[in-house]
Amino acid sequence: MMHSDFHVVSAKDLCLTFQTNDGPVHALKDVNLQIDKGDFVSFIGPSGCGKTTFLRAIAALENPTSGELMVNGTTPELARKDRAYGYVFQAAGLYPWRTIARNIKLPLEIMGFTKAEQKERVERVLKLVDLEGFGNKFPWQLSGGMQQRASIARALSFDADILLMDEPFGALDEIVRDHLNEQLLKLWSSTGKTIGFVTHSIPEAVYLSTKIVVMSPRPGRITDVIESTLPKERPLSIRDSQDFIDIAHRVREGLRAGHGDGAADA
Amino acid sequence: MRKLFAVCTVVLVIVVLWYSAAVKMNAKWAHDQAARAKVELSFSDLVRDTWAQERPVLPAPHQVAAELWDSTVMKKVNSKRSLIFHGWITLEATLLGFVVGTLLGIVLSVGIIYIRAMDMSVMPWAIASQTIPILAIAPMIIVVLNSVGIQGLIPKAIISAYLSFFPVLVGMVKGLRAPDHMQLDLLKTYNASRSDAFYKLRLPSSVPYLFTSMKVGIAASLVGTIVGELPTGAIRGLGARLLTGSYYGQTIQMWAALFAAALLAAGLVALVGLAEKSVLKKMGMVR
Repeated sequence: MMHSDFHVVSAKDLCLTFQTNDGPVHALKDVNLQIDKGDFVSFIGPSGCGKTTFLRAIAALENPTSGELMVNGTTPELARKDRAYGYVFQAAGLYPWRTIARNIKLPLEIMGFTKAEQKERVERVLKLVDLEGFGNKFPWQLSGGMQQRASIARALSFDADILLMDEPFGALDEIVRDHLNEQLLKLWSSTGKTIGFVTHSIPEAVYLSTKIVVMSPRPGRITDVIESTLPKERPLSIRDSQDFIDIAHRVREGLRAGHGDGAADA
Repeated sequence: MRKLFAVCTVVLVIVVLWYSAAVKMNAKWAHDQAARAKVELSFSDLVRDTWAQERPVLPAPHQVAAELWDSTVMKKVNSKRSLIFHGWITLEATLLGFVVGTLLGIVLSVGIIYIRAMDMSVMPWAIASQTIPILAIAPMIIVVLNSVGIQGLIPKAIISAYLSFFPVLVGMVKGLRAPDHMQLDLLKTYNASRSDAFYKLRLPSSVPYLFTSMKVGIAASLVGTIVGELPTGAIRGLGARLLTGSYYGQTIQMWAALFAAALLAAGLVALVGLAEKSVLKKMGMVR
């Protein structure tokens, strides 16, 4: 309890059960995890392992059934009221009737920033995601990758310290994805944000993360937490290094072990 | 160009069918007249006669066109025989009814979205209201309002609103519910209030649905007004024109009024379409 003040996110024996018509579904069971300031944490695992549920619980979009979850030393609801995090969904979810700039202004309008401040912030975050000059375009005029960058800019606009990303690049092709991964790393190291990142892709998780959380389904739980040994500076070519291959191997093993358990349960 | 060709072809086919139907349906009268005068009718005589009768069962297109021309361009606008005069009377009630119906539809849809009791109760009543034949309920509205001294524009507009609120209600409920879970969750992460969610997300999302419903609604408004004009003693309006036409067997006059109503409906729907285009363009939703 005392220590949770020092963690950005701290989960202790966290359980979350959904009541469905087919009986209870244990989305999370006895999850224990700490995320420190400046961490880049990836959650990886098959569908139904609770990785998205955990991210949503941090964002106070789901309510844990039991256990303790603290964000910035307080409850997820209060953390949200303090604008602790920006959330990026799998789809960019830009409003088609707003230009890119006005889409980014959406949270700023709701949070009551002044017009001048809104304008200044839009320009700053557009630069951050390399979309300068696209503010007056409508979403449909941009490619999928650019739209997702705009949605990241929107999440960054109100200066939350935590960025929660739920498979943000899942719908994009590999080349665009590589490019965005590189940009995201740059953005992370220049802003010092804490990032929680849900993904299906092992290379993506290994390339981006300082900490990889391997999860498995039925019930959703953590099977392995891997501290990355890769340096903070990561060119794309690092993916051919032995360290990278070793970590990827360990993630794969963790996933396979979890999957075996799941199969045995079923 | 292809589209124009297609439209012209369809119109041509309709005109040909119409003329031949006119020959067939008006032939009996022509034959009767010939028999009475004891003359033989050649085929060309028959055709000429069936296309030029004074009170044909089915008037030929050019007769209707001539009557339309005569009763719009050739008559003074304030004449009782002018279709523009009658059309204006109908249009007034239609527009008033449409505005009232659209507002009612929007208000009810917002209630359905936000108030659970309304969500469970309003829709069945709205659907029930549309299953009652308007021809049955219109005279009652007219009579009841007349007994409290309200007549003329208002009763017709009420019937018109009665028909036009429904498509707007259905469309707006769908439109206001169009935003998916992800969109609503995103607003939640900003701690957005319900009014933020309404004005910034739900309302703009519903605009395309609103216009689609309004196109249906304005046509329904016109039908409602015309039906409302039938039992008023048939004095003014396109509906009255239809009714007097049928009283006196003036089929040409009836068809002219019918066409005037159809043209009016097409014009109104086109106007809503124009408004739709310009609003959606302003919102950036037209590519």
